[in-house]
Amino acid sequence: MSSTINNNSRRNFLKVGAFAGGGLLLGFNWSTAEAAGTAVLNGTSVAAGGVEFNSYLSIAADGVITILSPNPEIGQNIKTSFPMIVAEELDADWSKIKVVQAALDNKKFERQLTGGSGAVPHSWKRLRNAGATARHLLVEAAANRLKVPASSLTTDKGMVIHAASGKKISYGDLAVDASKLPAPAEVKLKDRKDFKLIGKAVRNVDNKEILTGKPLYGLDVYREGMLIAMIQRPKAFGLKLKSVDTAAVKAMPGIVDVVTFNNNVAVVGKSTWQVKKAKDALKIEYEKDGNLESTSDHDRIFQELLNKPDATVRRKDGDVEAAFKNAAKVIKSEYQCPFLPHSPLEPMNFFAHVKEDSVELIGPTQTPDQARNAASKITGIPAEKITLELTRMGGAFGRRLMADFVSEAVEVSKLVKAPVKLMWTREDDLTGGYYRPAVRYRFEAALDTKGNLIGYKLRGVGMNTGNSTRENNFPSGAVDNLLIDSVEHKSPISTAPWRAPITNFLAFAEQSFLDEVAQAAGKDPVQFRLELLDKAKKAPVGDIKYDIDRMKGVINLAAEKAGWGKKKGVYQGFSVYFSHASYVAQVGEVALVKGKPVLKKVYAAGDCGQVVNLSGARQQVMGGIVDGIGHAMFGNLTFKEGAPQQNNFHNYRLIRLTEVPEVEVHFVDNGIDPTGLGEPALPPTGAAVANAIFKATKKRLRNQPFIEQEPFKGVS
Amino acid sequence: MAQYKLQINGRTYQADVEPDTPLLWVLRDNLGLVGTKYGCGIAQCGACTVHINGEATRSCVLPVSAVAASKITTVEGLSEKGTHPVQVAWDEVDVAQCGYCQAGQMMTAAALLKKNPKPSAAEIDAAMNGNICRCGTYHRIREAVKLASTKMS
Repeated sequence: MSSTINNNSRRNFLKVGAFAGGGLLLGFNWSTAEAAGTAVLNGTSVAAGGVEFNSYLSIAADGVITILSPNPEIGQNIKTSFPMIVAEELDADWSKIKVVQAALDNKKFERQLTGGSGAVPHSWKRLRNAGATARHLLVEAAANRLKVPASSLTTDKGMVIHAASGKKISYGDLAVDASKLPAPAEVKLKDRKDFKLIGKAVRNVDNKEILTGKPLYGLDVYREGMLIAMIQRPKAFGLKLKSVDTAAVKAMPGIVDVVTFNNNVAVVGKSTWQVKKAKDALKIEYEKDGNLESTSDHDRIFQELLNKPDATVRRKDGDVEAAFKNAAKVIKSEYQCPFLPHSPLEPMNFFAHVKEDSVELIGPTQTPDQARNAASKITGIPAEKITLELTRMGGAFGRRLMADFVSEAVEVSKLVKAPVKLMWTREDDLTGGYYRPAVRYRFEAALDTKGNLIGYKLRGVGMNTGNSTRENNFPSGAVDNLLIDSVEHKSPISTAPWRAPITNFLAFAEQSFLDEVAQAAGKDPVQFRLELLDKAKKAPVGDIKYDIDRMKGVINLAAEKAGWGKKKGVYQGFSVYFSHASYVAQVGEVALVKGKPVLKKVYAAGDCGQVVNLSGARQQVMGGIVDGIGHAMFGNLTFKEGAPQQNNFHNYRLIRLTEVPEVEVHFVDNGIDPTGLGEPALPPTGAAVANAIFKATKKRLRNQPFIEQEPFKGVS
Repeated sequence: MAQYKLQINGRTYQADVEPDTPLLWVLRDNLGLVGTKYGCGIAQCGACTVHINGEATRSCVLPVSAVAASKITTVEGLSEKGTHPVQVAWDEVDVAQCGYCQAGQMMTAAALLKKNPKPSAAEIDAAMNGNICRCGTYHRIREAVKLASTKMS
């Protein structure tokens, strides 16, 4: 029933077709929709880097508008904010919008992934154009029907309105007519002062389903004939499977099969509990297959690599050696963090049904395309014969960027020739791999006699991350003589991006160190940062990748809201960071209670440009701060001969409700096109807190977790 | 395997399972009540919280054989359409990020409010501290419990 509009301008971004039930199915290619006003005339344009979206918007005769949400939802609220942008330009009645999670579809959608806080900035104009284009067609259809000029019509809440005659026609009523009209070459977007939805607090579209316990998540998938699978992976990184005695376990009740692949032993059975018991009863022997690293080895390796002469230079400005030679004062500090698991509350899982010439996949993944490709590689079945349905995710934090658990589900289904839901236990999740790796940084600063920062050095020693620095971030650009280099250790322990990769700890280290430097220079930490930014503005050194004014904007807003330097009885610490294209400054406030520091409050000032959904945005900042405090304070995964030493929440501590301080969130209102917010609020938090603790106690926290350092050592 | 008759959300369910099977997995695997979540399996996170005779209880460590004739309430039984004061408050405050822990959070809150409809801030903290939210929605959880308290009849 669908057809492509063949309009004169060859702009084919709009596919329109009436569907059987009556109503209009508008298929947009988001990417080319954005480009419609600019260079794309042939409909084959692909944005640089291949980052594109498609989606579908349909309007039913009863006025219900369905918006397919293509991106994986992990709690970043994309399933609400994307449709809000479309609905804004469409002037739809939000209460009549139905949002549906789209399955993986390379033909309709592109860049169906969640990562890097990149979805909203990438899609902003595309989504707006999509909504505005549909609105334009509906207005044209109304103009034809009422025999009035389109310019005499307005729209509101899913209605086209002719003010002069008082006539109103609903979008549903106009949908079929609109579908027969040619797509406009260009559409006018709303002025932001006319926004009715964008910038407002809109509740999560899945609230009702979440709050009534509907099956939304991967673990909630149950299918006819489905078996449950769990896997025993090698108990240490650097071990491989030697032998397994499967006979006893195969005889246990409910167990259908025990299979091995890639050093894994998979137990497959009829119920979760039976499979769990059988897995625990497995008798497996392993043998050494590589280095069995302990945390103490990492500490030693860090020290060796900190002094390695041939590091990879990431950025070099001026003459750093001369600056240090001529310095009146040199400050040198090292900062280190441990490995962290992502620990989303819903552990890894996936449903796979490998059939003769097709595969059905259902589950939680941030990268469905990669997951499908992995399935194709394992089965030899082409990607177009593999379907992938996305579920809502019980958190991800980067863990579900990996496709390992999808591959496992596919392997098991292929081996047992049955539909299988693979499930990781919490113990599997903490011990089975993919972690934020430990990293150590050494900072050095040279001050002249007036306390000016004349030289700056940073060496990053990372594991499996390549470049563990962000060499073009602040204070680069503000220091005449600067050297940033990095060294990498290749560890057999599997590592992966973790919410705000690299910057989740680098920001802590850098912003804590700048606090040390400000103190050594006898300057106020806020003034010190502002002076550096003024210098970068007046006399920029090399490339500057951050916007100096926007960074100053959040610094000033946070300082103002927190009453920086004006409060008695509390100790304040400052931090500001630019990551994932957004700017966040924070002030931590600590009080001394019986001589011990207690974190009372965190103020945050964010600049992510135009806020799309105020409710979601505020919670991303609050949640990012809670995440930042929790992991800085408690997060610690240690290893002994390759084996993780913490395996569940009794010995791996996550932050709890009574441990969170008050949080106050402010946004800069500048109307700049929006940037992401899933990650940027987390990086500055650790230093805002640690700098406040330093002010209160004169104890400088340079390592995480804080709970194991002074002044917290011995505190529960 | 043994037969169990379970009183859940005002209905009688029958399950043929091993006696040591935690109630959580009977609910999820056998009865299709998947609103109750698995998070840790060792009663540390609270995602699996249900009511047993009105008491907030961790179903992941509760063998079905120990439940006997108890009255069980799961999130599906709070109210089918989301009209329980706790569900209404959770919606109005827009608590959920990923949402996975929220059934357990609400069950803990609902048990608290049933016994103590006007809890103090300290009582809310004490009751809710056992439930982990990995997304960090704790501020809104606090706010929603307070709001729900004003809606309890």
